[in-house]
Amino acid sequence: MKHKVATTVNGHRQEHEVEPRLLLVHYLRDVVGLTGTHIGCDTSQCGACTILVDGKAVKSCTMFAVQAEGKKLTTIEGMATDGELHPLQQAFWDEHGLQCGYCTPGFIMAAAYLLEQNPNPTEDEIRRGLEGNLCRCTGYVNIVKSVQSAAKAMGGAIAKPAGRPAVTAGGE
Amino acid sequence: MAVSQLIGAKIHRREDPRLITGHGRYTDDLPHQGVVHMSVARSPHAHARIRSIGVEAAKKAPGVLAVFTAADFKDVIGGPATFPVAPVFAPNKQTNPPRYPIAAKEVCYQGEPVAVVIAENRGQAADGAQLVDVDYELLPAVMDIEEAAKPGSPKVHSDQPDNIAWDATYVPWEATDEAFKTADVVIKERILQQRLSPNPMEPRAVMAEYESFDKRMTMWMSTQNPHWIRLFVSGALGMGEHALRVVSHDVGGGFGSKISPYPEDYLVPATAKLLGKAVKYTETRTEAMQNAYAGRGQIFDVEVAAKKDGTLLGMRVTQLLDAGAYIGTFGAFQTCACLMAGGAYHWKAISSRSLAVLTNKITTDPYRGAGRPEATHVAERMMDLLAVELDMDPVELRRKNFIREEEFPFTQNFGLVIDSGDYEKAMDKALKIVGYDELRKKQKEQRKQGKLVGIGLSTWIELCGLGPGAVTGPATGGVVLSESAQVKIHPAGGVSVYVGTHNHGQGNDTTHAQIVADTLGVPIESIDIRHGDTNEGPGFGYGTYGSRSLAVGGIAILRSCGKVIDKGKKVAAHLLEAAEEDIVFDHGKFHVKGAPDKSKALGEVAFAAYGQLPAGVEQGLEAVAYFEPPNFVWPFGTHICVVEVDPETGAVDMQKYVAVDDCGNVINPMIVAGQLHGGIAQGIAQALFEEMVYDEESGQLKSATFLDYAMLTANEMPEIQLDNTVTPSPTNELGVKGIGEAGTIASTAAVINAICDALSPLGIKHVDMPATPDRLWELMRRARGASNGNGKEARR
Repeated sequence: MKHKVATTVNGHRQEHEVEPRLLLVHYLRDVVGLTGTHIGCDTSQCGACTILVDGKAVKSCTMFAVQAEGKKLTTIEGMATDGELHPLQQAFWDEHGLQCGYCTPGFIMAAAYLLEQNPNPTEDEIRRGLEGNLCRCTGYVNIVKSVQSAAKAMGGAIAKPAGRPAVTAGGE
Repeated sequence: MAVSQLIGAKIHRREDPRLITGHGRYTDDLPHQGVVHMSVARSPHAHARIRSIGVEAAKKAPGVLAVFTAADFKDVIGGPATFPVAPVFAPNKQTNPPRYPIAAKEVCYQGEPVAVVIAENRGQAADGAQLVDVDYELLPAVMDIEEAAKPGSPKVHSDQPDNIAWDATYVPWEATDEAFKTADVVIKERILQQRLSPNPMEPRAVMAEYESFDKRMTMWMSTQNPHWIRLFVSGALGMGEHALRVVSHDVGGGFGSKISPYPEDYLVPATAKLLGKAVKYTETRTEAMQNAYAGRGQIFDVEVAAKKDGTLLGMRVTQLLDAGAYIGTFGAFQTCACLMAGGAYHWKAISSRSLAVLTNKITTDPYRGAGRPEATHVAERMMDLLAVELDMDPVELRRKNFIREEEFPFTQNFGLVIDSGDYEKAMDKALKIVGYDELRKKQKEQRKQGKLVGIGLSTWIELCGLGPGAVTGPATGGVVLSESAQVKIHPAGGVSVYVGTHNHGQGNDTTHAQIVADTLGVPIESIDIRHGDTNEGPGFGYGTYGSRSLAVGGIAILRSCGKVIDKGKKVAAHLLEAAEEDIVFDHGKFHVKGAPDKSKALGEVAFAAYGQLPAGVEQGLEAVAYFEPPNFVWPFGTHICVVEVDPETGAVDMQKYVAVDDCGNVINPMIVAGQLHGGIAQGIAQALFEEMVYDEESGQLKSATFLDYAMLTANEMPEIQLDNTVTPSPTNELGVKGIGEAGTIASTAAVINAICDALSPLGIKHVDMPATPDRLWELMRRARGASNGNGKEARR
C-alpha cells in the first residue's frame, strides 16, 4: 500500500515510503521531522502550513505527500542559513510581527512568495496577498508592517530563500 | 532605579528567534520515541442516552492498540479534582451537574467523549474512532436559554432537578427603587452577547508518559496554567503533585480557552497509565470549535434611570448566561459583568442579578475579557441610548457622569475600589486625535446627502490583575490568586528566574527580563526567564489570564529580586568589612554608604555567596516571593470608531479607529501596542462577524470550521491609531496595570455605537452583534417600512 516519494526539502534530498493518503504537511512534520510548519485547521483556511513548492506558496494540507514527488520544497526551517535570518524573519522580529508565533511560519512563507511576485507591494496588496492566512493575536497590524519593512530591506529585489536553489526559467 | 533602563524601552522579544525560524516547542511539535496516538469518539448528538457502545470493530482496525470507554477509567480517574467548579459569588441557588471526562450513560453536548481509540499513528486512531458503534436514544436538546430557564423545560441532564446553574442577586431591586421613582427618564434595552469560539491558532494538544517503576507521570500540553492542571489531574489520578510534571513550553494562543481542564487532560495521562506507553492527542480544528470552552453567550436586560440633564441615577441589570452543559471551572468569573456594568460613571444605585442556565452546548468559560467586555458593552450602549433619548452629545453625557480624577481611589457601587484614573484626560486626547468636532460637523453634511455615517465612543474601564484574596478567595473556593517567582543568582553571576505565570504570546519572557535587568542591574543577556514547567521554580504558579502577568507576576519577580539583594547585602557586608545596615545596593553594585568607589558587583557577591561566609549567614543567593495584590488594577481609556454603512447592502466600512489607553507605567511599549492591536481586532470581529451558530432543533454546531465561522483576515482589519496616557497604579511598586484584554473589552461598544449612530436617521436605536450586512440590511428594510407607515417596530 505504501508509495515511494522523493523530494528535496530545504536543499536536502528526502526519500520515504508513505501511505497514499498522507498529507504533505503530516509528511513534513511526522516523517521528515520538520515541525516548524504548523496545522491550524482542517479545511485549508488558516494557512499555518504554508510552504513553497517549486517556489510557489502552497498550503501543504492541500496536497498529498505523494503529489510532491520530484518537487523542491522550502519550509520555514529553510529560510535562514548559517545563523543569518531571512529579511522577512528579521522584519517579523523587528516589527513585533508575532505574538504566540504559531501562525508565523505560514505568514513568512506566504509573504516570501508575495514579495517574489511583487517586490514593492502596496499595503492593500499585502493585505490581499495574506488573506489566506489567519492570525488571532496581532490584528495583522504588525504583520503588514513586517512585510513592508522586509520589502524595504530587500530593496525591491527578489529575495531567494536560503537553502533553496534559485527558480530556473520556466519555473521548473 | 534602573542602571540599564530597560523598563519603558522597546526591547526585541527574546522568545522570537526560535518562533520565526520554525523551532518553537508547541506540544504537537515535540518528538517522542514510541509515542502512540489517541483519537476520541464523540457524541454526534447534543443530548442522548447511551444504550450501548460497540468497540469490537474499532479494536480490530489496523494499528489500533486499545479502545477504552468510561468503564475502563472508573478506577483510574475520579474524585473532586475531576472538573472542579469555582463557586459563584453568593449563589442563591445552584445546580452543578457532576462531570466526568467520558460519558457513560448520557451525552449532554455535541462532541462529548464516549470512547477513546489508541493506535500507532493518528490516521489509524481516527479510523478506529469512526468504527466505534454507539446506540443512542435521542433526548430533546435544550438550546434556548430563556426556554431552558422556564419551569417545566426539558432538562439538559435528565438526572438533575432543573437547568438553573446559578441565580445570584448582588444588589436587590429595591435598592434602586428610589432612583427609578425620582427619574425624569427611564430607558430599557435588551443587549445580546453572542457565543464566540475562542480559536487560538494552535489547537489543544496533550501528550503524557507514565514511568511505572518510578510511578511518575509527565504531561506536555497546551495550557495557560500548568500548575492548576497539575493540581487537578494529579488529584483525579490519585497520584500526588510530586509525581506529576506538567510541561507547557510554547503555546499557540489561549484567550482564556486554555485555562480550565478538558476531558483529554485526564484521559490522555490515564490512558498512558493503562497502556504503559506515551500517548498523544492533538485536536482537529472542528473538535476545537465544538469542544473548546466558548465565550460570552449572554443576554442582558438593562434599565437606566436618569435626570433630564443627563445625571445618571440608577441601573438595573440582569445577566442571563448560557452556562452550557456543565458549569465551567472558572465560568463563575463571567458574573463580574454584573459588578462592572456601571462602567466609568457615578450612579446613585445599581441592582444586578446573574441567572445562569444550563444548555446542551459546550460549556462557557472566561474568554478574553470575560465579563468585562460584556459590562463595557452594557454601560457604553446604555450611555449612547440615553444620549439619544435626551438629545445630548454622547461625549457630554459621559463627561457629566465620569468618576473624576480627584475622586480616586473610588469605591464603586459594588464595593470594588478603583485604584486610579483620569477618564476625561484619555477621552479628550482621543477626541482631539480623531477630530471629533469636525467629524460631527461633517456628519451633518453627509447625512443631508443620505450617507449613513456614525461615530461611536467607548470610554471603557477594566478590573484586572487577578486578584486580591478578599475577592478571589470566595470566587475560587478558597484559592487566592497571588503569584510566585524565584530568582537564583548562580556563582558566576548568571540569573535564572522561574515564574508562575505563563507566556503564550504576551511577551512576558521579555517584559519580565526587563524588570529583572533593571532591578538587579545586570545585562539582560545574563538573565533566563523560565515558565511552563511545574518541576521548576516555586511550589505553585497561578498562570496567565485576567491581564495579571505583569501587575501580579511582575511584582512577585520584583520582590524576589529584592530578597536576593537583601541577602546579597549580608554577603557584601562580609566582603567589604562593614555592617550590613551600611551596605547600599545601586546600579548592580554593593558599596558602603558614602563610599561608592569601593564596591562589589552582584556577580562578585554571588561568587562569594557560595563560598565561606561568616557564622549565621547561609550559602546561596536565591529567593522565592509570592505577591498577593492588595487590589485589582484598573486600566481605562477611550476608543472612537467612525463607520459608514452602505444603505443598499448593509456593509460596514470602518473609516477610523482611534484608541487612547492607560495601563499605568509601560514596561515595553511595543508589546503593549501589540496586545492592543490583537485585542481590538478580536472585539471588531465580535462586533461585525463572529458567532457560534447551533441548529436549534438538533443542537448541532453549524459553524464548526473556519469556512463557517468568520475569522477576521488582514483584508478586513482597519487601520488603528493608538495613543496613551499614563496614570500609574498605586497598588504596586511598578505602577503598572494590565493590557492583555483591554482592546477586546473596549472595542465592541465603540463599533456598535458607531453603527447605531450611523443608522439613527432611520430611527434605529439598537443593533445586536454581529452586525453583519444581512442583519443591518434587514434592520434598514424594516425601518424604512416603518417610516412608510406600516407600523412594524424597527429595532434589532
